[in-house]
Amino acid sequence: MTDVATNPPQTAAAPAPAASGPAVEAVSPLRESLGIFLKNRPALVGTAILAIILLALLYGTFFVTADPYEIVWAPMTPPFEEPDYALLGTDYLGRDILAGLLTGGWPTLAVGAAAALLTVGIGILVGALSGFFGGWVDDLLMRVTEFFQVLPALLFAMVLVTLFSPSLATIAIAIGVVSWPQTARLTRAEFLRIRELEYVAAARSIGAKNSRIIFRVVLPNALPPLIVSATLTVGVAILFEAGLSFLGLGDPNTMSWGLMIGQNRGYLLEAWWPVTLPGLAIFLTVFAISLIGDGLNDAFNPKLRSR
Amino acid sequence: MGASGYILRRLGYGVILLLGVVVLNFLLIHAAPGDPAEVIAGEMGGATQEMMDKIRADYGLDKPLIVQLGLYLGGVVTGDLGESYFFNQPVIELIGARIVPTILLVVAAQMIAITLGVGMGVLAARRPQGAWSAFVSVFSTIGYAAPVFWTGLMLIILFASMLPLFPVEGMESARFSGGPILYALDVLHHLFLPALTLGIIFLAQYARLSRASMIDVLGADYVRTARAKGLSERKVTFKHALRNAVLPIMTVAGIQFGNLISGALLVETVFNWPGMGRLAFDSVLRRDYPTLLGVLFFAALMVVVANLLTDLGYRLADPRIRTGGSRK
Repeated sequence: MTDVATNPPQTAAAPAPAASGPAVEAVSPLRESLGIFLKNRPALVGTAILAIILLALLYGTFFVTADPYEIVWAPMTPPFEEPDYALLGTDYLGRDILAGLLTGGWPTLAVGAAAALLTVGIGILVGALSGFFGGWVDDLLMRVTEFFQVLPALLFAMVLVTLFSPSLATIAIAIGVVSWPQTARLTRAEFLRIRELEYVAAARSIGAKNSRIIFRVVLPNALPPLIVSATLTVGVAILFEAGLSFLGLGDPNTMSWGLMIGQNRGYLLEAWWPVTLPGLAIFLTVFAISLIGDGLNDAFNPKLRSR
Repeated sequence: MGASGYILRRLGYGVILLLGVVVLNFLLIHAAPGDPAEVIAGEMGGATQEMMDKIRADYGLDKPLIVQLGLYLGGVVTGDLGESYFFNQPVIELIGARIVPTILLVVAAQMIAITLGVGMGVLAARRPQGAWSAFVSVFSTIGYAAPVFWTGLMLIILFASMLPLFPVEGMESARFSGGPILYALDVLHHLFLPALTLGIIFLAQYARLSRASMIDVLGADYVRTARAKGLSERKVTFKHALRNAVLPIMTVAGIQFGNLISGALLVETVFNWPGMGRLAFDSVLRRDYPTLLGVLFFAALMVVVANLLTDLGYRLADPRIRTGGSRK
């Protein structure tokens, strides 16, 4: 059983090490997981890539002072041809690709993070209520979940964004509203498993309220798989935002990686870089996030490590 | 409960889900800001008040919402999805002309993804620590992380100029003349790149899943028994292990169907594939609500049918469910 350090330390001592192994010094499970994560090379590579991307987005504009909308050189100048004006070349209008990359990452990442938070929030709430209470609550909520799984997410999000003005907030909400069912199912499965365990019965026997049992007893113990899923959700949400902006349904006033690809795709065969480079940025970001997610998964499920 | 009772119950449930989808979309679209009559008038280049009233009456927009919903639902049941504001054509005809290309694309992508993905996963599972296994892990992460529309564009660069083996646009050659067999080959030729693009994301997931599932199954007692009987490794892998490992893959394949349709939307845009994705895109931009509602309905219908088929396939593949009655 995975026990997580977020549990309130009311029990006097950490649980004794399992009888199966030789007596070793007790290490908190969180620290043990962190140790495993830090030894996972792909996960560290992912962390490094993500750190570099974030640093470039944070500080890049101090070194490259350019407006992503400003025309700096001839249209479709290839990369490295005019390093003083447009290091990574220009797009079909003559705008600096590098400036676009450095400023266009924010909406993508912000929407991705906000949408993932919303997805996980709704998913955990629905899944927790469903798994904890069972009965008609479970039936009802699972029907709603199935209902949302029948709607093709991107199509539904397209409709939502078009109906209610394409701002960054609308996009994040639309992605969140369509993507939560998987988190809900996962949370429900964890709750169904955990609610039968002894420490839940113990909490109940001392008269803890349902809300306390859900959020302070069961949820912390259900967190490891949920953290992994939340991490991967950020990646999915970023791809989602990129897809919407690619279609031209993103915020029209904000430069973003998906928008750059969408605007330049008509000139794809004359100039590959305005399409390839933003896509590479999206790819690297999601790639890094999924490496981190896999690393967390291994760290939280040590028995899977041998795979 | 018998198999037919189970199937009937699932069918009925699917119908209820679809009606729910229709009601939700209808209410949502009509709750949104903006007046459809003005949109139609805008398409016509402006209109007087009288013309606006006539438009409202023509499209039933002057009736209370609940009456409109009732009329719409009645229409859906009889196969009448209304008239497109933009194309001035019945929605059912618009969709009828585009649903086959979309089904073609989605099914082809799913087949590519499952065969290649499971194949890769099975090979990887035979040596969980081997080089091939590592390749599958890396490849599946890459396939998952690349935006599908971007993968498509990269393939277009590759195949349009450097390696002109496959057409990169449309579904059929212009001015095609030839018999039905040649035509089918021509369509398949055009289908290859879009289907591959869409397949790659899902391929990655199937490879990863079947690798994990095969590793699980290969450690099971009945596989050890099969080996102990002296069966060849090939027989053990494909007859004993794979049949069991394939069950979780089927479940995921069913769940993925909605995502496949979402992906098809983007892939159709990239490759100019004349399917429902383009229609959805056009009707979103033009606020052509009847068409949009129709596309959503048919997309949901495709998912429901796919789930039903998965369910049936699952019951065929796993005798425990077949005889075990209504176990979930």
